[in-house]
Amino acid sequence: MKKTVRSNLITIGIVVIAYIIVQILISTGNISSLMKGLLVPMCVYAIAAVSLNLTVGILGELSLGHAGFMCVGAFSSAFFSKCMKMFVPGMPAGVRFLIAILIGAALAGLFGLLIGIPVLRLKGDYLAIVTLAFGEIIKNIVNILYLGIDENGVHFSMKNSLDLNMENSDNIIINGAQGITGTPNDSNFTVGIILLVVTLLIVLNLIHSRDGRAIMAIRDNTIAAESVGIPVTKYKLMAFSISAALAGVAGVLYAHNLSTLTALPKNFGYNQSIMILVFVVLGGMGNIRGSVIAAVVLTLLPELLRGVVSDSRMLIYAIVLIVIMLFNWAPACLEWREKVAASVKTKLGKKNVSKEVQ
Amino acid sequence: MSFITYLINGISLGSVYALIALGYTMVYGIAKMLNFAHGDVIMVGGFTCYTICSTMGMHPLLGILVSVVVCTVLGITIEKIAYKPLRKASSPLAVLITAIGVSYFLQNIALLIFGANAKSFTSVVDMEAVKLADGEIVISGVTIVTIVSCIVIMIALMLFINKTKMGQAMLAVSEDKGAAQLMGINVNGTISLTFAIGSALAAIAGVLLCSAYPSLTPYTGSMPGIKAFVAAVFGGIGSIPGAFIGGILLGVIQIFSQAYINSQMADAIVFAVLIVVLLVKPTGLLGKNIQEKV
Repeated sequence: MKKTVRSNLITIGIVVIAYIIVQILISTGNISSLMKGLLVPMCVYAIAAVSLNLTVGILGELSLGHAGFMCVGAFSSAFFSKCMKMFVPGMPAGVRFLIAILIGAALAGLFGLLIGIPVLRLKGDYLAIVTLAFGEIIKNIVNILYLGIDENGVHFSMKNSLDLNMENSDNIIINGAQGITGTPNDSNFTVGIILLVVTLLIVLNLIHSRDGRAIMAIRDNTIAAESVGIPVTKYKLMAFSISAALAGVAGVLYAHNLSTLTALPKNFGYNQSIMILVFVVLGGMGNIRGSVIAAVVLTLLPELLRGVVSDSRMLIYAIVLIVIMLFNWAPACLEWREKVAASVKTKLGKKNVSKEVQ
Repeated sequence: MSFITYLINGISLGSVYALIALGYTMVYGIAKMLNFAHGDVIMVGGFTCYTICSTMGMHPLLGILVSVVVCTVLGITIEKIAYKPLRKASSPLAVLITAIGVSYFLQNIALLIFGANAKSFTSVVDMEAVKLADGEIVISGVTIVTIVSCIVIMIALMLFINKTKMGQAMLAVSEDKGAAQLMGINVNGTISLTFAIGSALAAIAGVLLCSAYPSLTPYTGSMPGIKAFVAAVFGGIGSIPGAFIGGILLGVIQIFSQAYINSQMADAIVFAVLIVVLLVKPTGLLGKNIQEKV
């Protein structure tokens, strides 16, 4: 078996085994309701982290607007699902959710493409601030969007709900800052895991394909990549829009897990984008498996700390974050770690030698 | 007439942004890092002044002085503990994430000490509002003090950087760390000094911001921090006059869009202007364009 195939199988195997363990825990009743509530968000963040890793780790561009793409996916799919629920009630939930996922992914991907065309000309910190700006703009626009459908057709406004001129306010689908209410709850843990596995398959296959190698060549040295004939803009856009589309999928999963979907700074603001970036960097840039593990552990950590120290749990989270970063990245720390590892090795080696003598 | 009032309010808000943006831009110029915790230093400055003035009932000037000292010490400490070990890290993102960690840390410390409820900040400026043109234009005392102090600080900072040895050392370190060290400049000391100045400016900005917008929470610094970061990029990150111009422009644009277009869209418009500027001039208004060499 090829090394890459084995590595991919291990990654997906970990997810599947984790799923089976959680299912056993649920069926034996060994899991608290708080934990159950976290299962879908864990999948959402894992998908978002894997997709952001494609931009940050594989393409090597810093994006701080990932939550904006999640927002696009969430709102477009929730809009679709609610419309279908209102006007085509006979549609099976599975089909409706599948189409919703495709719509969310396609629209987020389209946004990624449209934003990527102008933005990817910028570099480094400038790119970071512009993606952040786009994320905030998307969140802001969603907050003033009013849209309703009744027998007279589609009503649209960017002022307030009265401006829609609708007789029955029940037909308002997107209600500005109040968002979308009554999205069908199609998400569950199984769907989340399936979407995570699909995301992993897409990203892992992309990385190990010819296109993926071209993208990584651009990351490592843009000028060299250009000079061997790799179309830099095309591959940058490709990675960026796939990353956006997968973030859209995470948004779809998120939207269909809640009965009320609103665009708050908490869920679709830059803080959320930064949170996802933290998952990616802690898991290791370019390491897909690491992203999944970091997303799951860091989503669980504040909740696990809740039981031990409820007041200062976020404080401890912050300290853990700083300490891990210093431990993993500081050159002095890395040197010290190597020294310790070497001394442990020599000690173990001596033991082995003495055993051989005996 | 309301136009002039809006313009002056915009310049006042922009002055606060400019003060914060100066901290961002100086730190970026010298350490090549985005100090995400800078916004929360503003919040610490605000809370320190609140504790001294409102809780302990001391004189506002003492409050400003103490918050400047606290923030300066805080800035140097953060740099020493969290950023310095990562200065030679293989990825520039490492120190960015650490800065985010520091930002969470400061917010949550403030949350533990002061709670989540908004504190009402008493303005440190005790000055009558100025009325012009038969009372049609009213300029509050805070607005005048903010604009004047921003201009004074700006001039002082330019003099410090261009006329003193320490300021020249800062320029040299931001140009080339290795060469500066060979010339006998204490690089670590200079970087600490930059953080100290940036944090002191953040403290003043925090006090002025809270005097103009009196609600104070642990998250107060977050959004102005991001806006100031935008202002710094807008003017060309690393450039001190750029941060000043960027901050003022951003404040004016924000107040004008709140007044004339849509108050909910103000942030979106500010960000949209930034995007347009960066697409036309990819290194900001006054940024240096460095060609990549093979």
